[in-house]
Amino acid sequence: MKTLSLSRRQFLKGSGALIVSFNFFPSSPLLAQSMVEPRSDADPTQLDSWLAIASDGTVTVFSGKVDLGTGVETALAQIVAEELDVPFNKIHMSGLDTSKAIDQGITAGSRTIERGGPQLRQAAAVARQELLKLAAAKLNSTPEKLVVKDGVVSVAGDPKKNVTYAQLIGGKKFNVKITATDTGWNMKVAPEVRAKDVKDYKLVGTSQKRLELPPKLTGEFVYAHDVRVPGMLHGRVVRPPTITSKPASIDESAVKSIPGLVKVVQEGSFVGVVCTTEWTAVKAAKALKVTWSQAATKMPANSEEVFTYLKNTKSLRDQVTVNRGNPDAALAQASKTYEAAYRWPFQLHAMMGPSCAVADVGKDQATIYTGTQGSFETRTAVAEMLGFPEKNVRVLWREASGSYGRMGADDVAEDAALLSRAVGKPVRVQWMRDDEHAWEPKGPAQLDLARAGVDTQGKIIAWDFADRGFPLTAASGRGLRLLASRQIGMKPTADGNSNGTQGGGEMYTFETQKCTAPLIPWVQADETPLRTGYLRAPGDIARCFASESFMDEIAADERVDPVQFRLRYLGSNKRGIDALTAVAKQANWQERPSPSTPSSATKATGRGVAISNRANAICGAVAEVEVDKTTGNVAVKRFILSHDCGLIINPDGLKNQIEGNIIQGVSRSLMEEVKFDSTGIKTLDWSTYPILRFPDVPEIEIVLLNRPEMPALGGGEPSSAPIAAAIANAIFDAVGVRLREAPFTPQRVLAGMKKA
Amino acid sequence: MARIPLKVNGKSQVVDADPETPLLYILRNDLQLNGPKYGCGMAQCGACTVIMDGNAIRSCVTQVSAAQNKPVTTLEGLGSTKKMHKLQQAFVDEQAVQCGYCINGMVMSSKALLDKNPKPTDSQIKEALAGNLCRCGTHIRILRAVKRAAGQLV
Repeated sequence: MKTLSLSRRQFLKGSGALIVSFNFFPSSPLLAQSMVEPRSDADPTQLDSWLAIASDGTVTVFSGKVDLGTGVETALAQIVAEELDVPFNKIHMSGLDTSKAIDQGITAGSRTIERGGPQLRQAAAVARQELLKLAAAKLNSTPEKLVVKDGVVSVAGDPKKNVTYAQLIGGKKFNVKITATDTGWNMKVAPEVRAKDVKDYKLVGTSQKRLELPPKLTGEFVYAHDVRVPGMLHGRVVRPPTITSKPASIDESAVKSIPGLVKVVQEGSFVGVVCTTEWTAVKAAKALKVTWSQAATKMPANSEEVFTYLKNTKSLRDQVTVNRGNPDAALAQASKTYEAAYRWPFQLHAMMGPSCAVADVGKDQATIYTGTQGSFETRTAVAEMLGFPEKNVRVLWREASGSYGRMGADDVAEDAALLSRAVGKPVRVQWMRDDEHAWEPKGPAQLDLARAGVDTQGKIIAWDFADRGFPLTAASGRGLRLLASRQIGMKPTADGNSNGTQGGGEMYTFETQKCTAPLIPWVQADETPLRTGYLRAPGDIARCFASESFMDEIAADERVDPVQFRLRYLGSNKRGIDALTAVAKQANWQERPSPSTPSSATKATGRGVAISNRANAICGAVAEVEVDKTTGNVAVKRFILSHDCGLIINPDGLKNQIEGNIIQGVSRSLMEEVKFDSTGIKTLDWSTYPILRFPDVPEIEIVLLNRPEMPALGGGEPSSAPIAAAIANAIFDAVGVRLREAPFTPQRVLAGMKKA
Repeated sequence: MARIPLKVNGKSQVVDADPETPLLYILRNDLQLNGPKYGCGMAQCGACTVIMDGNAIRSCVTQVSAAQNKPVTTLEGLGSTKKMHKLQQAFVDEQAVQCGYCINGMVMSSKALLDKNPKPTDSQIKEALAGNLCRCGTHIRILRAVKRAAGQLV
């Protein structure tokens, strides 16, 4: 504890000797007595950079991964405890601090267990090996003759000869080299060291309770939103209609009289207020009258304009995932052809807690508290914006609201840094609800075009799928810029990242097959509130909605049961077949073609199926819906999902994630759409952008398919992919209406029924 | 500015504040009670819920002046990690949290419900929580937690 506060003071010396009220990860009361400082310059080739064992046996893991509310820290702690053979409650995940942690890459993309897990596991395996060497010397034995249980090493067959990890290394450094090549997600850590055999696992595979839940239930947990530092002021940002519009004039008369106003800040098109209290900042931001210059970028007038643009604009690159044979030639010879276009709207991450950060910017150093998904990316973005060397910016991650990809673009850290620099004091900024609904980087619209042809036997011989979508540009690094840095005139140099490519039917094998995801340049991106960013399993829910609806359309036309029809094309895709079969069994699926026989009842019921592969995790989904034929309202009554993400680390934690994906996915499928016109975003609160509520939540049944023979894969987002497709197919089954545009609103259902 | 007497979690204290300040900001910033959260500022999401005079209210739209001398209970007033209230414990037992940003509102709205209706039906719980939004999709576990706290989990 003493060393820790000393080093912190040293760090802060340059920034005005501010003493930060440091908030420890609150779930580990042991920490205060037991924490050991890692090397200050985190070198992944030093074992001490990865973990430390204190004199009471507590193992602190300096993970470069964060928990976004998914429980992944608990799963990572299980992996480390398993490998080291220490009790689970002895593990402490330190919480990411860029001045100490190893950069394991951004926490995103369901890659934390898949990539970060083995990195931590191998570091733990090296530590175990070293501890056995130390124990062998102490016990006059050899490592091969030793066994470990609960952090106690003993000689096999002679348990009285024993020594604890704490006695061997407690409070001391290993000073051992470890191999670590490549960086971030791709870092390979000690691949030469043999980790424990999966068959000997005792802790991995069990439903350990989440480490941080008790303090979250009592208000003791310190979220990013709860960080307060001495002398801290409160800021709010006033956003322009578009990034390119500048404040032509700022009338401060209405705010001058507000007691507690510290400063109105303007830099480029960035405008904000800083006040002594939060409420004053809220009031001042509202009262400040800013006249903005004419916007240089026009918003599209409506979604039709966006889809027309997506259809007619030449792509930056086509992103071909499958290219087998010549689908065009096969289509020309097909006995019957199918063609359909599917639309997915702009949608929000819609974090419950709007973005929040605290920044303390000094003359040449800065400290940022934030709930970012990429602490090192935030560090780079803030350092570039402030013109500081990266090492002079310290990012202290604190868990924030669940973000589902949104905090991969840590806009608020830049806001807080700009305001703090302007007043020379630490500033906390939280976005207001309308800031978040308007300016968060959205999951962009997608237009998916599908063509297929069948032979005289009804067999698909041609498949041509194109997911036309926008690149994701609201990000830091790789030539991209966040909001505030754009507003002060920093320009992006890259055209954006992919919105994913999976879900276009590549799980199936057709004689001729092409799956592509053409990226359409999006001139509005970053300049208007229609910014584009990673939204949970980016792009997959839309592609899967299109491809799996299309499969269903063909199956229905061929009068074949939808499950049986899919099985015909899964070929040797064993995991796909298993997931599909498992979900059908759990759903008590009755083999028959869709739609179901029409009835005269007001409410029609239907079931639909879909499968997906996201980041190599396979899902099978069955939705059961009830459609009110008079109102067009769709109720999802029951949702069944099978899930194969390889070796399962924590079954209950995984189920919690899957339940969340299903509920969020039902919400996105039935009700969510960002509405806008040429003047801006129109859905700025929860009444205009509603999400699913308690009375409409379906019953959920989950089948976990554990594969101990496989590596562990991520579970944070794969199950979001098949949700919309299963629901659309169930609606068709119920009332014979094929919806090719989400969300599946009562108006669209009624319009479809009118047409039928 | 005015001196406003408050009674929060059984403790009487006086704050010096603009009487129009939403109670939420006073609880969080003046009294350092982090349980209630800012979610929308419009009484649409429930993250800021506290109990005042026995009713679950939205502290983001309740002026601090309206809370004068009225008993206010926040999440912290129910229990601590050392001694949890049965509702808090039930949420842990059911692992009924993902990010937890909404969970203050879920617990406080459920507390107000169970105080008035100790044995609610499923649909009564759903109705009582219909104004509380959760983006992570933890609804099913939250329902189970409330039923568990009410001794109704079968």
